[in-house]
Amino acid sequence: MTLHPTFDPVLQDPQLDGIIKLAILAVGGQGGGVLTGWIEDLARANGYAAQATSVAGVAQRTGATVYYVEMAPAAKGSPVFSLMPAAGDVDIMITAELMEAGRAIIRGFVTPDRTTLITSTHRSLAVSEKTVPGDGIANGAEVLAAADIAARRVIAADFDALAIAQGSVISASLFGALAASETLPFPREAFQTAIAKGGKGVEPSLNAFAAGFQAARDGVQNPVASTTLPRGEEVTGPAKLLFEWSTLVARTNRLPEPVADVARAGLRKVVDFQTLAYGRAYLDRLDQILTQDRAPFDLSRAAAKHIANAMAYDDIIRVADEKTRAARMTRIAGEMGAKDQHLLHVTEFFHPRAEEIVSLLPARMGARWAANPRRMALIDRLFNKGRRLRTDSLRGFLSLHVLGGMKGWRLKSLRHATEIAHLEAWLATALTYLPQNYDLAVEVIRCRRLIKGYSDTHARGRSKFDRVLAAIAEIKDREDAADWARRLRESALKDEEGKALDGAIATIRSFA
Amino acid sequence: MAERSFKAQVEDLKLGAGQTFTGEGILAITKALLESGVGYVGGYQGAPISHLMDVLADAEDLLTDLGVRYEANANEAAAAAMLAASVHYPIRGAVTFKGPVGVNVASDALANLSSSGVTGGALVIVGEDYGEGSSIMQERTHPFAMKAQMWLLDPRPNLPSIVKAVSDGFDLSEASNTPVMLMVRIRSCHVTGSFTARDNQRPKLTVRDALSNPRSDFNRVVLPPMSFAHEQDKVKNRWPAAEAFIRERGLNEHFGPNDAPLGIVVQGGMYNGLIRALQRLGLADIYGATEVPIYVLNVTYPLISAEFLEFCEGKDHVLIVEEGQPEFIETQLGSFLYRAESRTKLHGKGLFPMAGEYTGAVMLTAVEGFLKQAAPHMLPAAVRAPNVDRPAIPDLTKTVPIRPPGFCTGCPERPIFAAMKLVEKELGKHQIAADIGCHLFASLPPFEIGGATMGYGLGPAANGAFDGGGEKRPVAIIGDGGFWHNGLSSSFTNMAFNKSDGVAIIVDNYYSAATGGQDIMSSRADNATKATKNPISKALNGIGITWVRQIDRTYDVAKMRDTIREALTTPTKGPKVIVASSECMLNKQRREKPLTQAAIKEGRRVEAPRFGIDESICTGDHACIRLSGCPSLSLKRLDDPLRDDPVASIDQSCVGCGNCGEVADAAILCPSFYRADVIHNPTRWERTLARFRTRIISWLQTRRDGRRLAFGAAE
Repeated sequence: MTLHPTFDPVLQDPQLDGIIKLAILAVGGQGGGVLTGWIEDLARANGYAAQATSVAGVAQRTGATVYYVEMAPAAKGSPVFSLMPAAGDVDIMITAELMEAGRAIIRGFVTPDRTTLITSTHRSLAVSEKTVPGDGIANGAEVLAAADIAARRVIAADFDALAIAQGSVISASLFGALAASETLPFPREAFQTAIAKGGKGVEPSLNAFAAGFQAARDGVQNPVASTTLPRGEEVTGPAKLLFEWSTLVARTNRLPEPVADVARAGLRKVVDFQTLAYGRAYLDRLDQILTQDRAPFDLSRAAAKHIANAMAYDDIIRVADEKTRAARMTRIAGEMGAKDQHLLHVTEFFHPRAEEIVSLLPARMGARWAANPRRMALIDRLFNKGRRLRTDSLRGFLSLHVLGGMKGWRLKSLRHATEIAHLEAWLATALTYLPQNYDLAVEVIRCRRLIKGYSDTHARGRSKFDRVLAAIAEIKDREDAADWARRLRESALKDEEGKALDGAIATIRSFA
Repeated sequence: MAERSFKAQVEDLKLGAGQTFTGEGILAITKALLESGVGYVGGYQGAPISHLMDVLADAEDLLTDLGVRYEANANEAAAAAMLAASVHYPIRGAVTFKGPVGVNVASDALANLSSSGVTGGALVIVGEDYGEGSSIMQERTHPFAMKAQMWLLDPRPNLPSIVKAVSDGFDLSEASNTPVMLMVRIRSCHVTGSFTARDNQRPKLTVRDALSNPRSDFNRVVLPPMSFAHEQDKVKNRWPAAEAFIRERGLNEHFGPNDAPLGIVVQGGMYNGLIRALQRLGLADIYGATEVPIYVLNVTYPLISAEFLEFCEGKDHVLIVEEGQPEFIETQLGSFLYRAESRTKLHGKGLFPMAGEYTGAVMLTAVEGFLKQAAPHMLPAAVRAPNVDRPAIPDLTKTVPIRPPGFCTGCPERPIFAAMKLVEKELGKHQIAADIGCHLFASLPPFEIGGATMGYGLGPAANGAFDGGGEKRPVAIIGDGGFWHNGLSSSFTNMAFNKSDGVAIIVDNYYSAATGGQDIMSSRADNATKATKNPISKALNGIGITWVRQIDRTYDVAKMRDTIREALTTPTKGPKVIVASSECMLNKQRREKPLTQAAIKEGRRVEAPRFGIDESICTGDHACIRLSGCPSLSLKRLDDPLRDDPVASIDQSCVGCGNCGEVADAAILCPSFYRADVIHNPTRWERTLARFRTRIISWLQTRRDGRRLAFGAAE
């Protein structure tokens, strides 16, 4: 909550003192209309003249929508109210999503002389943020920082989560926050009466109202909605394996401090993927890098992360194993709200292609088959179709359970051979740059981020990776090569087709 | 049944004289129609007057009791044509649609109606879709009134003024034998307030009575030589009659002092915005009492020269507040001043921007600018010499993403466009024409399918130039709303008659969904007063289109994709039409949710599906989102130092439509999606089977976990 008591209002209109101007910016479907209705009823029931307007239309289909309310004591006649909020002229701005608060600030509806900004800190991501192949999520901290400057007072909390916890929607918790803000001259009970008069889902609404009221009055610990999940570190298993595990963990503890924590996470991932021996191989690979590294160990830190990801590649065996774990069923039941009196059916969607089938074959045989288009076509005819498996049924579970248990087979498979060859080539490339340009080597290690997904997506990631590495080779002797490598990688993550990457590569070619 | 129900509010329409009505603008208009003794009502839905049609539909019983005929017209042209009943019969009629697009569609009928002239009051209520929230091209309805010489009312945006405009409109129409347009802006339609009601009036002559006593008069027919007489009648009789009526009734209003060196002329609809600007400048109080003379044009066409010149008398400067372009009113008023050899200086566009909405900021700047020129002494000191440091507010324009409208959660149109996207990946980009409706959202990311729209029902017609065919086929998309509005005649007969080789995809979601879920010819719902359940494919067969593929579950992405591919590659000549049908999810949820909840409570077996994503399997490429854009399919950052990119995640708003699984399968994306069906009230046999399965599965899991390390999963 921020106050700017020292700031002087620009204009004081004594004749306007009576009108309270309140705007609501919501995303279609958030119940902005309901909230507006409550505020209007509240005002009228307490001796105020009120007017509400909204912009209907297609914006209500998931777009950003404005609702606007004005009120004044109903004494001497009908006040002339405006039909839309004006920049610099809003007393209370309620935004039902964090970026909408940013939009309200951009539109000038939040000003330091008068506006109390009540905003939910949760995010409802816009399509443009979600479609980026990398990380396109807008920076919420920037909006909150701007809000502190732009508003006279900020009340921010995850009002969406508060409402959902009460089985209600955000309009109710925001109404609670509005009551707590004491910006309207009505007591809390009057707000609750307005909800009760609405008549629909009154009890959950009142509970969400109370939650919103409390959060707004007492503040909350963490205003930025957490979109992350903590990851447990507990390890269980047979004593013999646990002992071996502890020796490997001891090895990571001896690593330089910046590398150790990532290496532990990496170790966990590869051991979970395969075996303890595989974990040892991971640490051996990392040691090789470390011998050529020096403080502050950026290279080893990046390597610890990306070697783990490369070694724990996404094959069918891993997917089958993940899908059949006991913890998963418990997690799904929790997320779906399935209790003891319910049953839970879980359907998985697989679509194996010849490539995936062949990748499971022993390396040499698989390579021979993969090179034979007629044979591949035949396998496609036999296997390439969507398969839905019920992991709660015996047949579905067993087939995946067996597949997930093929870890011994995995190391002989074509897929493993391909992945390890790719891994070694990539590390070798990075290390060739090391003597002349340390930062470039680090950037090349980080390019592993480009490889992700399955089937076509995976192939596209591979091809982007190859193009980026080829482009890096062309500029390796430039002083700013590392910087360009970073830009190439980031541009490759901007769009699916690689248009941004094409542009970046064209720029590089223009240097020559 | 429409998306929003007004059944409760309809009770307010029965209020009698002296009682206070409190509610929304559109309800007030409906009440005013009943108080004016209207005999028939109709129209076509579209923002911002969709709800007016919904109110009328919900009030149908009350209307019938009063002897009022309600017609849900097939389109705006049909609605306007219906006003023909007021040509020969002294019956008041009102129709409503959005402007200017609805007026465009209706223009043929409106022009004929104006030429014929009316006996009973004829009112066209136009919801002017201009400025923020508008979904159409930014134009004005105003010139339509001018060209056909219909009178145009633009009342002040408060309930008493709007209600008065309805009854004034009927009186004006009858006094001048001319149809009248009543224009209400987006926010006026939804503005709330109160007014004192009058008793509802039964029409003096009902349409049923009129049928029993038919009338005709060839002088009203638009044919030469009568059409020439109509034009003379308009100018010599109807126009002067209208002017006289407007002056006598005082339809335009005057506020503020009579004597001042300056004044402001404002469209009625812009009055509140103007007063707010004056309030902020300290020149008006909260009740609108002002020191600046204001001439309010509640009638914006015709403009009354004498009244305007009287207002200008003794004033050096007059500001015209006229939103939109071209500035018809300003031009006309300027010509009045010029002809009167007046020395009053006219201000308007210039101080105001030519294009765009007159927002609070625009209004304040323009009025302030006007006063600085015309009467600087009136402005408060702080405005004349602003001297306050504003803190610099960080620029967020680069941070905050735009949020255009898109398909709702579970929308049945999403899989259609996902399928089109998959076909595009195989066969390359195609020429695509779109129509009007929710499907137009597909032209935005993530789908970016279709690049133009030519109007409602005109999607396939917009591909006319390509009907001859070529190496690739043109594709047109049209909704079921567009199909029945105008599409069958303008688009599909055009395709059939010209032997088009193109492809048309009809998105059939059982409603006119974008306008709020009204029933149409092919709706699956039972409707007591409308003929529904008429299949689109039957209509297509009727006009000789034989290559028709009916798909009854759009969520079957693979089938959708294969059908589109077939349409684009089949050697068959002639139009190829795919009817892709699944119910609008918004309406389906509204209909089914209460039923499902009741069933669970009653102990009946219910499967509740929802999708989920295994975050350990998702690699964070977001390819699934690029084929979806569903609001419930979002992203989540993991607390994992090994992962850079956020993973896909499905929130609890998922309705389990199935699109995610279908797309993951059809596009061969990734195996991280799963569908979880929670079975409420399972049968005893199911429980036993599940217990048996769980026991074996748990044994296998424990056995495997006993041979390996298990790492604490995310909790």
